[in-house]
Amino acid sequence: MNDHYPAGRWDGPAIIVEGLQKSFGEVHALRGIDLVVERGSVLCVLGPNGAGKTTAVKVLTTLLEPDGGRALIEGRDVVRSAPAVREIIGLAGQSAAIQEELTGRENIEIMGRLHHLSKGESRRRAGELLELFDLVDAADRPAKGYSGGMTRRLDLAASLVGRPTVFFLDEPTTGLDPRSRIGMWGIIRELVADGATLLLTTQYLEEADELSDEIVVIDRGKVIAAGTGDNLKNRIGGDVVQFGVVDRTRLGDAAEVVRPLAEGEPTVEEETARVTIRVGSRGSDSLVQTVRALDGAGIHTEHLGIHRPSLDDVFLALTGHTPEDGTRPSRSRSRRGRRDGVVPDATTRQRT
Amino acid sequence: MSMRSSPFVALDIPRPPIAHRIRNGISDTLNLTERDIKIWTRNPSLLFFIVIQPVMFVLLFRYVFGGAIMVSVPGGYVNYLMPGIIAQSAAFASFGTAIALARQTQRGVIDRFRSMPMARSAVLLGRLVADTLRLTITLLIILAVGYAVGFRFENGAGPAVLMVALGVVFGVAICTVSAYVGLAIRDEESVGSFGLIWLFPLTFVSAAFVPVASMPGWLQAFAKNQPVTIVIDEMRGLALGGPLAEHAWQSAAWLLAIFIVFVPLAVRAYRRPG
Repeated sequence: MNDHYPAGRWDGPAIIVEGLQKSFGEVHALRGIDLVVERGSVLCVLGPNGAGKTTAVKVLTTLLEPDGGRALIEGRDVVRSAPAVREIIGLAGQSAAIQEELTGRENIEIMGRLHHLSKGESRRRAGELLELFDLVDAADRPAKGYSGGMTRRLDLAASLVGRPTVFFLDEPTTGLDPRSRIGMWGIIRELVADGATLLLTTQYLEEADELSDEIVVIDRGKVIAAGTGDNLKNRIGGDVVQFGVVDRTRLGDAAEVVRPLAEGEPTVEEETARVTIRVGSRGSDSLVQTVRALDGAGIHTEHLGIHRPSLDDVFLALTGHTPEDGTRPSRSRSRRGRRDGVVPDATTRQRT
Repeated sequence: MSMRSSPFVALDIPRPPIAHRIRNGISDTLNLTERDIKIWTRNPSLLFFIVIQPVMFVLLFRYVFGGAIMVSVPGGYVNYLMPGIIAQSAAFASFGTAIALARQTQRGVIDRFRSMPMARSAVLLGRLVADTLRLTITLLIILAVGYAVGFRFENGAGPAVLMVALGVVFGVAICTVSAYVGLAIRDEESVGSFGLIWLFPLTFVSAAFVPVASMPGWLQAFAKNQPVTIVIDEMRGLALGGPLAEHAWQSAAWLLAIFIVFVPLAVRAYRRPG
């Protein structure tokens, strides 16, 4: 859009990644990644283990030099201007970079001083962050005794000392219990509300959907899809209507009755006596039609509802495998099978 | 896809002036020194390991093996032993350096530092400044125990101070090797089990505990010319009197060589991501 920017000023996107490549010997971790993250927005990089997410974060945070392509953080090249990039970024990696012999407060204060804040300013900032992350009570205890969730919060707090404008979170909730995960989501939302630009990686589709403005799906070092969560979901055919049939002997009849309403074939699951049809974007109209048709045929149903497809469906549709196993072919697409084990916690969201 | 020309021209950001960078580098180093010392004082077991082990060695060699080892130095075996024990303890104290750096790399602390606007050499330098303080305290404790069991400086106060200083510098030199080992291996357990195995032959196949002349001829060739023996001979000369000049420049050359080789290696290992 612009041809040039005067030195020291940047009005372009906060993160620009072009054709980024990185190999480790024979392993091509990044095979030409392109990304743009607008200032103040949240981009979620979604992909299974080994997709290249962490490598990408390491390149963007100046820890690794790319083999090809380039990346600009607020206009600063991650290779040529690495020190200038480090001035404005924050990084919280997969393992909490906490010194467990030191107290929570000491961990944050030392980070402040290493960001060249004065002693007093470091202390003030540590106080603020401990409060923000709900660690005041534990502040003066060694971090050794912190729970997993507290350690992650402390780690996040420590990485915010330098008031980064662009923030990288590499799998911030991996290994956390569901409650801590929800707590972490809340914290991340607050960060974003303050106007930070955030790049977040996750293996959890649910998490990407919850937190991001835009999602980039990567698999084996390449971007395979990009868009909002809703965009991606629409790609696999919009809404689905699903119901259970009380009298199992009538499962076949039920499928026949709703067939005219479906886009494509209805999916019938014998073992759970459930029928699923894709209804595109016709939404609740199709729900009403389904109820009428089934009622007219005298078929009793249970758990009847309309759902948007989840991101795991999207991943399956795009890559032919589910995120967590990385290999399974896409043939068996039982609805229940996809739900189990893919969603990281009990908060499976269904919109009716 | 990557060949497409981009409309975005990267900002051209000049590096800050050198004076500014040096000032920040010193501040980073001192902050990390303080941090390392704090961590050290919170680890009583580490302190125990570093101080108790040499004290045991002093007592064992003084009272168990010492009677069987013939030496010809003023004051007898205990005087022969102490410079050796001090050098050996200084070398083994580097264990803590390797373990701490491997652990920090493994836990992502080093990567966190590398993503911050810090001087690249500060992690290593801060560590070495902290190690210098740590070694000085450790060696003085060992020396005090030595005094209690009969060790005496025979050559005056000035050389005595120089002997301790040489012990510390030698220990710091070995710490740079250990720092490299810790940063390169990056796995606390591996470093703990085999990362520092080389310290055993290096310190035992030396003049630390027995005269080199008592070893078989093929071993003498190594024992006589390796840096630990050269440094210990110089320390003995300082503590007990005797010729100094030749061992002085040889010691200096060895120590300098260790720093010149291993400081850049360690800094390079630090720059590699974990």
